[in-house]
Amino acid sequence: MIISETWLRDWIDIQMDVHGLVERLTMSGLEVDSLEPAGPGLPNIVVGRLTAVRGHPDTRRLTVCDVDVGARSPLIVVCGAPNVSVGARVATALPNATLPSGHVIQPTSIHGIASQAMLCSGTELGLEDSSEGLYLLDDDAPVGQRVDDYLQLADWVIDIDLTPNRGDCLSILGIARELAVLTGAALKRTDVPGCAAESERVINVVVSAPQACPRYLGRIVEDIDDQASTPVWMRERLRRCGIRPIAPVVDVTNYVMLELGQPMHAFDLNRLTGGIRVRTAAPGEAIMLLDGSELRPDGETLLISDHHRAVAIAGVMGGTDSGIDADTRHIVLEAAHFTPSVVAGRARSFGLHSESAYRFERGVDPELPLPAIHYASALLKNIVGGRPGPVVDKTAKRWLPKRPPVTIRHDRLEQVLGMQMEADQVDIMLRRSARGVRRQQKYWQVKPPSHRFDIQRECDLIEELIRIHGYHRVPVSFPKSSETVGKLTESQLPLTRVRTLLTDRDYQEVITYSFVDYAVNGLFDDNQDVIRITNPIADNMSVMRTNMWSGLVQAAITNLNRQQRRIRLFEIGRTFHSHDGKRREILRLGGVVCGNLAPEQWGQASQEVDFYDVKADVEAILALTGASVRFTFKQLDKKGLQSGQTAEIYYESRAVGCLGRIHPQAQRELDLESSLFLFQLDLRSLLHRQIPQFTKPSRFPAIQRDLSIVVGTEVSAEMVLNTVIEAGGNRIVNLNLFDVYRGEGIDPGRKSLAFGLTLQDSSRTLTDEDVDSTISKIIAALDRRFGAQLR
Amino acid sequence: MNEASSQDLDALVREAQQAIHSAASLDALDEVRVRFLGKKGLITQQLKRIGGLDAVERPKFGNAVNQAKRTLAANIEHRREQLQAQLVAKKLVDDVIDVTLPGRGVGIGGLHPVTRTMQTMEDIFVRMGFEIADGPELEDDFHNFEALNIPVGHPARAMHDTFYIDDQTLLRTHTSPVQIRYMQENPPPVRIIAPGRVYRCDSDVTHTPMFHQIEGLAVDEVISFADLKGVLIHFLREFFESELQVRFRPSYFPFTEPSAEVDINCVLCDGVGCRVCKQSGWLEVLGCGMVHPEVFAHVQLDSERYSGFAFGLGVERLAMLRYGVDDLRLFFENDLNFLRQFR
Repeated sequence: MIISETWLRDWIDIQMDVHGLVERLTMSGLEVDSLEPAGPGLPNIVVGRLTAVRGHPDTRRLTVCDVDVGARSPLIVVCGAPNVSVGARVATALPNATLPSGHVIQPTSIHGIASQAMLCSGTELGLEDSSEGLYLLDDDAPVGQRVDDYLQLADWVIDIDLTPNRGDCLSILGIARELAVLTGAALKRTDVPGCAAESERVINVVVSAPQACPRYLGRIVEDIDDQASTPVWMRERLRRCGIRPIAPVVDVTNYVMLELGQPMHAFDLNRLTGGIRVRTAAPGEAIMLLDGSELRPDGETLLISDHHRAVAIAGVMGGTDSGIDADTRHIVLEAAHFTPSVVAGRARSFGLHSESAYRFERGVDPELPLPAIHYASALLKNIVGGRPGPVVDKTAKRWLPKRPPVTIRHDRLEQVLGMQMEADQVDIMLRRSARGVRRQQKYWQVKPPSHRFDIQRECDLIEELIRIHGYHRVPVSFPKSSETVGKLTESQLPLTRVRTLLTDRDYQEVITYSFVDYAVNGLFDDNQDVIRITNPIADNMSVMRTNMWSGLVQAAITNLNRQQRRIRLFEIGRTFHSHDGKRREILRLGGVVCGNLAPEQWGQASQEVDFYDVKADVEAILALTGASVRFTFKQLDKKGLQSGQTAEIYYESRAVGCLGRIHPQAQRELDLESSLFLFQLDLRSLLHRQIPQFTKPSRFPAIQRDLSIVVGTEVSAEMVLNTVIEAGGNRIVNLNLFDVYRGEGIDPGRKSLAFGLTLQDSSRTLTDEDVDSTISKIIAALDRRFGAQLR
Repeated sequence: MNEASSQDLDALVREAQQAIHSAASLDALDEVRVRFLGKKGLITQQLKRIGGLDAVERPKFGNAVNQAKRTLAANIEHRREQLQAQLVAKKLVDDVIDVTLPGRGVGIGGLHPVTRTMQTMEDIFVRMGFEIADGPELEDDFHNFEALNIPVGHPARAMHDTFYIDDQTLLRTHTSPVQIRYMQENPPPVRIIAPGRVYRCDSDVTHTPMFHQIEGLAVDEVISFADLKGVLIHFLREFFESELQVRFRPSYFPFTEPSAEVDINCVLCDGVGCRVCKQSGWLEVLGCGMVHPEVFAHVQLDSERYSGFAFGLGVERLAMLRYGVDDLRLFFENDLNFLRQFR
């Protein structure tokens, strides 16, 4: 809501400068967004009257005007504007005047004729964004007066960001009333001029949906002057409040809406057939709107129609067929009360925005239509003349919004706020805000005024009181401590621990959007369970990710494109899945790695990262659970990953993630130069950690033996190591695979594995015979299972 | 004592001393030791001559030889120390490295600034006894709007540009639905925060379609607006590590009444007025209020018995103020040159 300070002061007597007003409004919940001067200062620009207009001898476009600015002789001004006529009063920039643009006016010669001043358009005065001619002043504008004085430009424009509950403040009257409540200042006036009927002619109004439109007022005004124009003072006020002046009738309805808060509409009487009907839309019905769009409203939409067709969407926007234009001679004014829920959300659902709907959905004072229609007719009478008829008032009282009394208990007030408040003080503030206040021993009964849709229950009055009193007066305390609620047990593995581990291993965390490109997501998943967004913000953000990689790969690409070579990223977030109509969210960790294992550095050859480097990172995370031994890796074929370099990770028999190298095909589709390693873990299964159980370390010496064997390449390391542990029994306290070799000296199709064994007994020192026998068992088992030979 | 024997011994000692002095390494010194003092060493052998001496001379000569052995042993020890000292000195010289060369290995990564901020925030609230709660990001209309007193057509819905999955399912537009879910499952007293991702269909210089919030909720038999002020002022001062000015302004949220917006003294200009605070000296940082009775009704809690407060914090907003980031969109570009500044 944008208001003008001087207009506001028409309504309220308040001893406070504009900055004080702004502060008071902001601190009472009417947040002032900006405060701007109403217009520039216009020194040396004065009201001039055209006393003669002649054509320019050389150029047809130009005229030569005599301009009376109150000096002894008129100024001669050459002008290019189309709207010059004798008697017109215009803003005249005298020599040395500086226009808001910074341009300085000097006497000049235009096509051979000396021009002593300049006649200004609204744009040149800094009052309009675009102009089609001179800015014409009213015929009673005092010749010679400074234009900025005449226009009262020494004014402030206050832009207030109103919350949706304060529809009552969407007017000059509303803000003035609010300031009166807040400060106790008096309103200068409480009513507006009326206008008696001068004819008998009435419009026939039938309201067939009274619950949606409990009050509808219509009034005919005949024989308006279609040549009249809106006076400058009204145009200026509209402009300052952000509304473009158009023509007298529309300007007046807008003016009344701004001043009182009642949205109004005007129809061309001759374009209405029969009378007004207020009804809901019929199936298939269409309406052409003032903004040029055609709309097919649903059956719940309330329409204003004549006896043939819809002429407006009630409270939202009028139709073109029935609107006012330059030829309109007789009009019908509408001032109605539409139930907020009937208008709520409707304009938005049609993709429309209107000042009227904005107000109706927030709630307009049901007592406003009558004063508003009178005020509008009075203003019209002054501007376009005409003969108003009687006001037709169709009111269904039982559907008007009710304002049942609200009880506010003193103890509840103090308890909710956590402070004491004197009963007398409460009483004073309540009486400023509401008319009917009944004070009892421990409570008050308050009847909210008709414009306050937001006061419905006790908590609303509590807010009203503390808002008036000032939030800053509420003391500061701390909640009484109840029983401890914070829970973090040792069995929970905190996510922060996982994050710390990864950052300490030189991973950078990223956060990518949860919605991704369908095709990129499909590189790694079959998109069977993908969830689509019905109104995505962009095509490449149209589905919820089902894997962590679609976003991570994009993040990697972003950085590769910015000359980064070594990339190690992780993200923790959810993936989203739909199975048979059931939707699931899974908390996951994803990672992407490419480039060298270590940053390029002196004294160390650079080495490109491989599967096992990334696997070590994954294993480190798994180790945080304290249950490394329960995790296994199995070869896996997975979409988007290179078979043969991809493993699925199991926790016992449950798959909890995977790790692998991007498939060369996917790499090509992503236009990636380098390969990537990717991993993904289901965090639900990891965030539980096993509590360590102590076993006594052996006091007896450990014995170290190395074994090197040759087996077929198809034999996995895991199979060999498991066999060693099985055969070796519990004397093996450590088993470390330290070499894997294929090549010269080994048959093709075979490989050598070397591992170190540490043997120890908890009850005695092992003898050479003990060790030899264990080793023999191991070798025998390896031979039996894999045909392993010692190397 | 036999003059000749004595002279021989003296000469031998001098020779040995000469050799000790000339020994240039520990090995050479050891050779000298063996040559003179070893079992078959020249000095040791002198003792064999003792048999050829008369009884009077024997003890004297024996003493002289032993004395010579002790002297030489001491000389050798001295020389050994000298040589060892030289060796150490040489090693020190040889081993000089350029200590300014960078260390080797991998570096450390970093957290995303949003995570970092969120962790800081969580830690402060956890210290105040708040528990961390969680809820789905795919929400239903009931939890995201209806139960929060935002019925269909409510003007507040216009402020939530909502992503829809279908008629009833949406991407949560705020973390407030966690309030509802938590209260449905847990009886008071409640003291939770709910951090997480939220989504709005809006994208420009100051909006990203996804961002993060932390919701707070405290419900108990006596929770007051004063308590709300206390908790939030404490939080803000902890977070910014400054005794900054905090002001509460009336505002409106459908799910709280009274409602407030909270401003802090602009941390960039100290309240003097700058571009970021639009010359006002104040920065709006969060919204809050007392839980609306309608919300309690939706979760079957008696609003006569219980009261509570709720608040919602924008994580990116606070991260921007904390780290001086001037463009929201940077958080989701994931440019390493940006992210690495938050190690």
